[in-house]
Formats: sequence, C-alpha cells, structure tokens
Amino acid sequence: MSDTATPGRLHVPPTAKRGEVIEIRLLLQHPMENGFRRDTLGRSVPRNIIHRLAARYDGREILRAELGTGMAANPYFAFFTRATASGEVLIEWEDELGQKGSLKAPIEVA
Amino acid sequence: MIRLAVSLLLLVAPAWAQAPRSGLDYQGEDIRRLQADDFANPAMLWVERGAAAWKRKLGAADKSCADCHGDAEKSMRGLAARLPAWDARLGRVSTLESRINACIVREQRAPEPPPEAADAIGLQAYIALQSRGMPLRVEVDGAARAMFERGRALYGTRIGQMNLACAHCHDQHAGKTLLVEQLSQGQPTAWPAYRMEWQAAGTLERRLRACFLGVRAEMPAYRSDELTALQLYLAWRAKGLALEAPGVRR
Repeated sequence: MSDTATPGRLHVPPTAKRGEVIEIRLLLQHPMENGFRRDTLGRSVPRNIIHRLAARYDGREILRAELGTGMAANPYFAFFTRATASGEVLIEWEDELGQKGSLKAPIEVA
Repeated sequence: MIRLAVSLLLLVAPAWAQAPRSGLDYQGEDIRRLQADDFANPAMLWVERGAAAWKRKLGAADKSCADCHGDAEKSMRGLAARLPAWDARLGRVSTLESRINACIVREQRAPEPPPEAADAIGLQAYIALQSRGMPLRVEVDGAARAMFERGRALYGTRIGQMNLACAHCHDQHAGKTLLVEQLSQGQPTAWPAYRMEWQAAGTLERRLRACFLGVRAEMPAYRSDELTALQLYLAWRAKGLALEAPGVRR
C-alpha cells in the first residue's frame, strides 16, 4: 500500500497491578517488501522492510527487534513484560526507506 | 431400519445438498483464530482507515459521510446484510461498493475512487462491520430479478480453458481438496476480507476475478454487470449465513 494513513494498532492493558505480567500487542501496517517481487511491468520492487523496532516502557527499553525479509506484510507482535510503574509504552520503528513510525499507549499501575 | 436408511441417504446425498457453510469452516485453525481476534485481525487496519474516511470531508461539497449519515454504528447497521439490492435512485442493482461510490460522486462531488483503493475498501469494511453477525437476506424479487437470474446463469455456465462453472467446484466438490486447500462453498460472508495471498484487504470483486483467472477465463472488469450479478446470486445463495466482515481468508 502506498499511503499509510493507519500506522498500526497497539494494545497495552490500560491498568495493571504492580508486578503483574502484561501482554503487549502490536499490529503494524507495512508492505514489508522483500525485494524479490516484480510489479506488473516486470520492474523489480525495491526491498523495504521494517528493519528496526524497539519498545520502551516508562523510558526504559524492554524490547528491540531486527526484522528480516522472512516476515509477512502487516507484521503482528505480541510480547510480555512486567508492570513496574505507571507510564507510557512507546513503540518506535524504522523501515529501510528511512520512514519512521511510532505508537504509544499509557498504562496505569496500581 | 429407517434411521439406517436415512443415514445411508445422507451419505450418498450430493454435496450440493449441504447446508450453507461459511468459508471460515474451510480455513485452518490459524485463520479462524486470526479472524476471531479483533485486535490481531489485519482487516481491522482497514476498518480503522474506513472509520477515519467516514469523518473526512471530501470533494467540492466539502462534506463527510458523517455529515449526512451521522453515527455509522446506527445509520449503517444492517445495511451490508441487505446488499446487493435494487437501487431505484441509480436504476440498477448496486453493491455496497457502488452505493458508496455513487454517494461520493453525487453528494460529496468527489471523483469516484479507483477499484481496490485502500480508503474505499476501508469504508466498505467499516460499514460492513456494523452488520457483523446479522444473517444475509437480499431481495431478489421485483426489479432485481433480471440481474439475479443472470447471476444464477453465470454461476452455472462453463467458462475458461478449464471449462468449469462455479458450481462444479463450489456446489459439487465443496470440502474436497484442491492442491493444498479445501474448496469452500463460495459463500460471500467475509468480504471485504484480508486475504493472506494478497497480504492486503480486498473486495469480493477482486476475489471473484481471481476465480475467473483460476479457471483460465477472461476476467470481467471491476464493477461490471457480470460481477454485480454474481454477487447478488451469491448473497442470495448464502441466505441466513451470518455476515463476518471483515474476515480473513487464505
């Protein structure tokens, strides 16, 4: 898809108890072009994948991923972390064309 | 004895006597779980896009869908389960897509979106979502009859180099394996849907065109009468099945 009106969706439980294990879910809208495809005129479609992705929770990095061409378009991630403090979960990524994106969601820890 | 006779009869009953089953029943466990999960379902990305398009002012009239129709959850509820239907204002049978497009051209005075435009699929998915779970019930009597009969005839006509009709696969052989996939009954309950093969959401028209290609026939143009007729017949054939849009398919 050429335009990215919706960068993706991020789900973080809005509230959690301190010490609780929470699941963070992320669905990104991205073509994840692997560089092997050709368009209808036979021209090679340049490779463009999200090669860097990082998640920060309350300012601290909790996940970093390097992605490759083996991932499908519109990748989905789910991972776990321990709820330590109220704050913000921030996901940032960058694709090989240098386009950056981010999503954030707050979490209230009691 | 009677029970035995009945069960024997059921065993030899032709496949086309099967009760209608959603295409979801023929998908793998992974697809079923993906569709059941509203967060992970990638078609929901298009729904979000559609929800944004619903509120966006567009065209020379500088109006949004919401300006006239208000809250889609109320005004669009049940609509997708009744379409395609005869549209007296347009003077033809219209699908959800052609209704939206007619509205865009007439009311917003904006250009008609090209086939399979992301925002257009989004709007369709967003509107169809408001009817999710409702049984399909299209009206084929009256003015829509001619189109319906055309669709029914097309469904049963052999086409392409494979010389196959829709009915050969989807009525007579549903449930059997074709290459690596199970043949479905071809019920149109999930559309617009996210299709793994496309890695994108698309309309039923795109899926139907893929079927034409599959039997090596000439693909009808997007928004052609053939595809409209076929969609009307398929919706009638799926009567009573619940709408699942936006679905996920292989």
